[in-house]
Amino acid sequence: MFYREAGQFRTSYAQDSQIFPLRQDRIGIAIILIAAVLLPFVANAYWLSAILIPWLVLSLVALGQNILMGYAGQLSLGSAGFMAVGAFACYNLILRVEGIPFVVAVALSGVCAALVGIVFGLPSLRIRGLYLAVATLASQFFIVWALDKFPWFKNYDPAGVITAQPIIMFGHNFASPREKYWVVLAIVAVLALLAKNMARGSVGRGWMAVRDMDVAAEAMGLSLLRTKLQAFAISSFYCGVGGALFAFAYLQTVEPSAFTIELSFRILFMVIIGGLGTIMGSFLGAGFILLMPIFLNVFFHGVFGQSVDAGVISAVEQVIFGVMIITFLIYEPLGLARVWQLTKERLRLWPFKH
Amino acid sequence: MPDIWFFIEVLVGGLLSGIMYSLVALGFVLIYKASSVFNFAQGAMVFFAVLTFVGVMELGLPFWAALPVAIGVMVLVGMATERFVLRPLVSQSEDTLLMATIGLSFVIEGVAQLAWGVDVRNLDLGIRDEPINWVMDKTGMLISQLDITAGIVASVMVASLALLFSRTKVGRGLRAVADDHTAALSIGIPLKHIWMLVWATAGVVALVAGMLWGARSGVQFALVWVALKALPVLIIGGFTSVPGVIVAGLLVGASEKVVEVYIGPKFGGGVEVWFPYVLAVLFLLVRPEGLFGEKIIRRV
Repeated sequence: MFYREAGQFRTSYAQDSQIFPLRQDRIGIAIILIAAVLLPFVANAYWLSAILIPWLVLSLVALGQNILMGYAGQLSLGSAGFMAVGAFACYNLILRVEGIPFVVAVALSGVCAALVGIVFGLPSLRIRGLYLAVATLASQFFIVWALDKFPWFKNYDPAGVITAQPIIMFGHNFASPREKYWVVLAIVAVLALLAKNMARGSVGRGWMAVRDMDVAAEAMGLSLLRTKLQAFAISSFYCGVGGALFAFAYLQTVEPSAFTIELSFRILFMVIIGGLGTIMGSFLGAGFILLMPIFLNVFFHGVFGQSVDAGVISAVEQVIFGVMIITFLIYEPLGLARVWQLTKERLRLWPFKH
Repeated sequence: MPDIWFFIEVLVGGLLSGIMYSLVALGFVLIYKASSVFNFAQGAMVFFAVLTFVGVMELGLPFWAALPVAIGVMVLVGMATERFVLRPLVSQSEDTLLMATIGLSFVIEGVAQLAWGVDVRNLDLGIRDEPINWVMDKTGMLISQLDITAGIVASVMVASLALLFSRTKVGRGLRAVADDHTAALSIGIPLKHIWMLVWATAGVVALVAGMLWGARSGVQFALVWVALKALPVLIIGGFTSVPGVIVAGLLVGASEKVVEVYIGPKFGGGVEVWFPYVLAVLFLLVRPEGLFGEKIIRRV
């Protein structure tokens, strides 16, 4: 009823190529953004530091994975490895460069991750499909091993678990969960906007051409070398920034063992459940994968009380998780983003069916 | 002990543990050959199979009664997988199927833990994981009985699978389905039965692999990760080649141990965690379809 484009005419090129052509969408996104900024005033510290911050951070990483997998079609199972690069690069930059602002350190750690991503993306020029997926596991295992074994990365810390430095910018220490949340929100919002624009511009079209048929894309004059490595670099940049934020704003520790292959799989699932090749899907998927275990946990404790064994609950969670992934792949292979799109279509026609 | 004997000991140890990787990878190849599904749940199946076997034995059944029960359960798992995961997803892309099997691995792992608990169990096959005495006396090499047994079992399994593929009617059906499942369907090969059979066979292979690994390192959740070690074996050998996984298994096992023993200490150990993957990547750069994989010709 309210959600339809009737009466909205595009009269200039700028209007035609804007991200949200529909006025209702623009109002909606503005409301969401304002709500996101004002949220810390109503949410308590638990919500901020245990749910909202990791949600935003993991959305960013899922966005990176989505660029590589959903847009460029290169299946990768090593995103946690690139997160680890970002986290450790950030730690070392803050440690070794006097007075570097946090944002600069985060951006540079993204660049470090991008460089590593290019190196591990090289095999993609020769290998494709499932073989590539297995080859990307090399990055996962090698990076985490290298960070663990070469003590320079950990500044010769014998404990292995390093406390992350405080987030300092412009002479201010962003210490409270609320301030950390704002830092994360700002970075994620900017990078998401950037990703959206890359995806709908020539860069993204190149990725999608390679995804749909790389031989055809090459025949049309697209450089596979450039496009694939670009996708790997940008995806790793997002993962690296996400990794740095994950360590500094969420975990508050920097340790290789936080970036396991399980994390890589979780990120993979976020992208699948959210929707391959959509920006919004990364956010929806991250929220879903992050919140579902919490929800199930609360639910089971609510139903069975505290008497149930934690091991049983985690096993049940695992089963439900697996079943949901399979169900999604069967019934909605395009993910939550597609569900949202269908809902919008329905809303436009409401109250009629067709 | 002369250095050369030590080298041979490391090499043989590596080759034999490589055979154990091959055994896990064999399950992958079976399923991939028949249905183009990269079954990531193979590791979970290994874990589930041996856990079921040990669990049934704990209920009081003797070894020879527990074995058919475990096989039966694995056949059921295979059939259920075909019915509830593969059939609805037929004609989807390989990537989608891979992700579905990752989901499947979560389900199997969860069910295994729900049914049998999370304790580490010991599995006594009556073969001890100890060096063979006369080899040790003669040469000073430590070569485990269990490794030798694994080698023999793997050879027998590979030989019988090769026979199954090349000499029986079912095998011919399997190869036809692998080649082109629509064409196979059109000449009356029962696709569903073939797929169920393949998944059941893969379940049995998983059981054998799980029993050998379980006897070595205890029946525990970590068995799931053995499958990750089988992946480089798989891509070096090529997804579709049974001899390929054996050769690749030997290659990965041997090189991994040699590198770990001779080069590992320089980096503080743990090299074997990633070495097989890097080896696999280097291999693929030269031969993108693996050692014995079918050459992929791509057309627009």
